[in-house]
Amino acid sequence: MWQELRNKYHDQGVELVTVGLDSLGAAGCRPFIEAASPNHPSLIDQHHVMAELFGVINIPSAIWIDEKGMIVRPAEAAPSPPKENAAPNMNLPDDLPERLVEMMGQASKIKNDGETYHAALADWVEHGADSRYAMSPEKVIERSRPRDQDRSLGHAHFELASHLEAGGEHALAVKHFREAHRLVPESWTFRRQAWSLEPVGEGPLARFWQGPNPESPESWPYEGDWVEDIKREGPENYSEPFVE
Amino acid sequence: MLLDSLNISKQAFAAGTGWEIKPEGACKGDVCIPLNGQSGDTVDVRAVAEVMQMPIAEEPSAGKYALGPESIGGRALVSAKAPELTLPDLDGNPFSLSSLIGQKVIVYAWAPY
Repeated sequence: MWQELRNKYHDQGVELVTVGLDSLGAAGCRPFIEAASPNHPSLIDQHHVMAELFGVINIPSAIWIDEKGMIVRPAEAAPSPPKENAAPNMNLPDDLPERLVEMMGQASKIKNDGETYHAALADWVEHGADSRYAMSPEKVIERSRPRDQDRSLGHAHFELASHLEAGGEHALAVKHFREAHRLVPESWTFRRQAWSLEPVGEGPLARFWQGPNPESPESWPYEGDWVEDIKREGPENYSEPFVE
Repeated sequence: MLLDSLNISKQAFAAGTGWEIKPEGACKGDVCIPLNGQSGDTVDVRAVAEVMQMPIAEEPSAGKYALGPESIGGRALVSAKAPELTLPDLDGNPFSLSSLIGQKVIVYAWAPY
């Protein structure tokens, strides 16, 4: 659906660049990219440089950049266009495990104001720098994510973890993912990435389990999991509202 | 950036962190941070990291270090100039964001999990 949007705006001088964040690299992203068959740059970010460079803490998020290469909106939640907000078609089996049913229930409570976001995007495409949604350079910096030394160290631990995972050192990776989670508690991406590397079951849903295996819950290596964390933080806070 | 040494070339430092080491200091976008004693071809990562407030995480058993991003400004961005982003596509071909100068760009982050 972002591709349709890209095609709609492309004649007005807009390009879309999609970036898949996954420690498994191209192998993890491939089925989704091949299914979408993009006609725009579609990149693989194996070690989450998007987090370091732009402050991405959740997905989906987007950054708007003008013709001169200036960021006019820093990384923020990028909901799907309205009407097309339906759950992805994953050919869900009838005997879906209880956990996945619960996850879908929580996910349905996530607030996504696609209407406001996409009206703002259309306004920027048309009016550029004169759009009230295009921020000044000072505001862009101010509205980018907070980063203190602890968070920066958390990013370093995440990068180390991602490389260790790619090198087959899973146990060491877990140790550094845990540090990243402790130091950058607001990052859903850091958590979801690590949880997704503990798949339960087989097939495309295995990485979406994101929590303890019911057959061996004691071996879950993380403090939280998707269901526990979204209940604690509130599904309504999962995706921040669009603020002009 | 991932490191296996704490003394690396200026070129590697720029590619990994987005900060170019120039005579006036470490520069990114329209911001330059003065540095002392980084006149050769290599970067003393610990010394520069201290000035830039880039913490280093270590995994001694794997002989690996990771240098965190700068935290000097207290924000993820120190400049509104888009940092260079070069990443491979599915076939491994590198693509640079800067090649799209002249167009409006939406950079959309997603994940398969």
